[in-house]
Amino acid sequence: MSDVATDTHKLAKSFDATQFLTKYSTVLALLALVIFNLIFTKHFISVQTLNVNLTQVATIVIVGVGMTLVIATGGIDLSVGSMMAISGAIAPLIFLGTAVHISEIHLSVAVAMIVAVTTAGAFGWFNGWLITHFRIQPIIATLVLFIAGRGIAQVSTNGNLQPFKLGEFQWIGLGRWLGVPVQVVIMIALVAIAAWVLRRSLFGRQILAIGGNEQAARLSGIPVARVKRWVYCISGLCSGIAGLVVIAINSSSDANLVGLGMELDAIAAVAVGGTLLSGGRATVTGTLVGALIIQLVRYTLLSNGVPDDVAKLVKAALIVLAVWLQRQSRA
Amino acid sequence: MALEMVSETPQKSPILLSMQNINKAFAGIPALSSASLEVGFGEVHALIGQNGAGKSTMIKVLTGYVKSDTGAISFDGSPFEARSPQDAQRQGISTIYQEINLVPFRSITENICLGREQRRYGLLNWAAMHEEAQKLMARFNIKIDVRKPLYEFNTATQQMVAIARAIGFKAKLVIMDEPTSSLDEREVSVLFDVIRQLKHSGISVIFVSHKLDELYQVCDRVTIMRDGRTVKVGELQSISKIELVASMLGRDVVQVAKSATAFGKRSGKIGETVLVASNLSAGHKVQDVSFSVKSGEIVGLAGLLGAGRTESARLVFGADARRGGEMSLGGQSHHPRDPIEAIARGIGFSSEDRKVEGIIPDMSVAENLTLALMPQLTKVGIVDEQKQLVIVEKFIKRLGVKCNGPDQRIRELSGGNQQKVLLARWLAMNPKLVILDEPTRGIDVGAKAEIQLLIKELANDGLGVLMISSELEEVIEGSDRVFVLREGRSVAELSGKQITEAAVMAAMAHGETEQAL
Repeated sequence: MSDVATDTHKLAKSFDATQFLTKYSTVLALLALVIFNLIFTKHFISVQTLNVNLTQVATIVIVGVGMTLVIATGGIDLSVGSMMAISGAIAPLIFLGTAVHISEIHLSVAVAMIVAVTTAGAFGWFNGWLITHFRIQPIIATLVLFIAGRGIAQVSTNGNLQPFKLGEFQWIGLGRWLGVPVQVVIMIALVAIAAWVLRRSLFGRQILAIGGNEQAARLSGIPVARVKRWVYCISGLCSGIAGLVVIAINSSSDANLVGLGMELDAIAAVAVGGTLLSGGRATVTGTLVGALIIQLVRYTLLSNGVPDDVAKLVKAALIVLAVWLQRQSRA
Repeated sequence: MALEMVSETPQKSPILLSMQNINKAFAGIPALSSASLEVGFGEVHALIGQNGAGKSTMIKVLTGYVKSDTGAISFDGSPFEARSPQDAQRQGISTIYQEINLVPFRSITENICLGREQRRYGLLNWAAMHEEAQKLMARFNIKIDVRKPLYEFNTATQQMVAIARAIGFKAKLVIMDEPTSSLDEREVSVLFDVIRQLKHSGISVIFVSHKLDELYQVCDRVTIMRDGRTVKVGELQSISKIELVASMLGRDVVQVAKSATAFGKRSGKIGETVLVASNLSAGHKVQDVSFSVKSGEIVGLAGLLGAGRTESARLVFGADARRGGEMSLGGQSHHPRDPIEAIARGIGFSSEDRKVEGIIPDMSVAENLTLALMPQLTKVGIVDEQKQLVIVEKFIKRLGVKCNGPDQRIRELSGGNQQKVLLARWLAMNPKLVILDEPTRGIDVGAKAEIQLLIKELANDGLGVLMISSELEEVIEGSDRVFVLREGRSVAELSGKQITEAAVMAAMAHGETEQAL
């Protein structure tokens, strides 16, 4: 019997090439894109190119981190864009002194950020509560805030555009830390934390168990409802942070535009990154790589003179390819 | 080797299906190695083997679900290749799966006619289709309203619908994958009548089953597979049951002949009462159920399908809400709101449905094994992987789980090994009481014996075991006490010498034993 076992083991080894390809297909695709650009795109190797591309993906990846955890439980969060708008609407209300006046500007900014992000987190928690308490499907439950969230943001600002010029706040979108844009630092930190949580922590194990087989998870004593509520809450917190970054870059907050279409970009990044959309298997670093691939493809096409509409088609094709690859590796 | 076997077997009827030298490997691991299978016209052919022997892969190759690496198939006189199960169906090969794959919310007619609807003037001709469905069902002596949605009917009827659908597609070969696993005895006999009818009208059947007795009732010939190879082919009547088992296991006959189950004599001492459940009720299925379990004791819950065994056990584990009744655990009142509470008090529950409620397929053996133990394996939210590995390796060794290592995905394991990992999930937390719902369902004969031995050892070590099994001999030979449930009520308690096949069956059927408890 042990002979048979070692035999099959050897056979499996010789087939590692295929397994390697499917496992690292996203990373390899990213490498291929970089190599292509090194050869064909002018001025590709520059700090500026790097920063442009990283800045573009930062908000998508920040939201994508929360989305990855949500999708890992077998759910989905359509309300991320709306929660970005809510966070983006609340922060200026505080640091501009419209709602509450705090004279010390640093304190005011800190309070603004904390309240904005916490509010988004609370709305995320509400999503989780709808899903677990009423057993509503995630796509429907989060559709509620997808529709209502932007309305809430507009009502809280009376539909006004809030322009500002405030260095104490805008470092989050415009600042640099050791030459690296601050939002990129935030993005990398969040990816690192979430990747570690998913791999090493009890919480991560519980998330993947729920996504893998919710019934079995429940019967093994995993607090399914609590874990889900936390996951949607984290998605809200991530969206809140991303909302702040977006308004900082724009120097204004427009509840109509902040985070518009973000849910689809984030889901696309998660899918291309190799996370199983039905749950149970997830990679946060994959989401980062997925977002970079989508961004770099667009950058490559645009800087080589391909119109943006065509670039969108290519992005769609990428998603199809990613999902197809997932099915292959699962078979 | 294949040739030799063919010449051994007398050929009564011409060949309908011939699969020769089929090879198939998944990710480099061979699932089939020169396997062969031949089925004659109007023949009921048994296909048996342990889990992982290659039966399902063989059927998947035949029905176009997977593509073989090499090999030749001929069907009805010409070379055959199916691109998908639908394609196979069009070409005359229909499969009836364990889990019925029909559309529950549509009518029986629609289920039977789906994919070959009759039309008139461009519209669906419902009258003609209802009539056809009615006729097909009447062939099985089943008179039902074919306009009603499928989900309103029991599993047996649904299975008949699946078979009627196959006949409607002019199937020449019907494959039945463990068709009796969720049927009661009466339903099984109806199914066997249908199989005989199919045979008479010249339709061949491939019958996959773990239940050997059934094979002798309906099958003509048998093909036995082991480790991806066809190891024995022959007339079923000329092969004894023990020979079948021996071929499946690759062991000699004498080893196997000893006993029907592996429980044998018990040596442990039965101690204090662990669990008392009295007058439980919940939902429709549990009306008035009482039972108790002592430490070191194996208590069997017997009953027909739908008697409320699983539903009662789930109440003890807090998996479902209780309506009435009292429970106590170790002398203290026990009314768990959820499994978390039950687990914290030292109860384990291994579900009857390994796939749906047991394994987390994408997780590793290690992660599956420690799932219920996680809280003890974490410090400030971080998994202690060293400690986990020690525990996992201990249980892999103790239970003899065959896997490439703790990191192998559990979905890649055979059913028996998955079941061992799930048992280990509960044993690892050192419980006072384990509830084992159908612990040996759908696993091969070898693993079954190992698991029965393990259950016995656990009880000898002082664990209380509540065991539900639809296999009568398992309950009778394994249990120290048996509670018989009938239509949601506990109707008999038997212990020691009282536990006989006759007494248990009498209670299951009529609600009382000879002793009239």
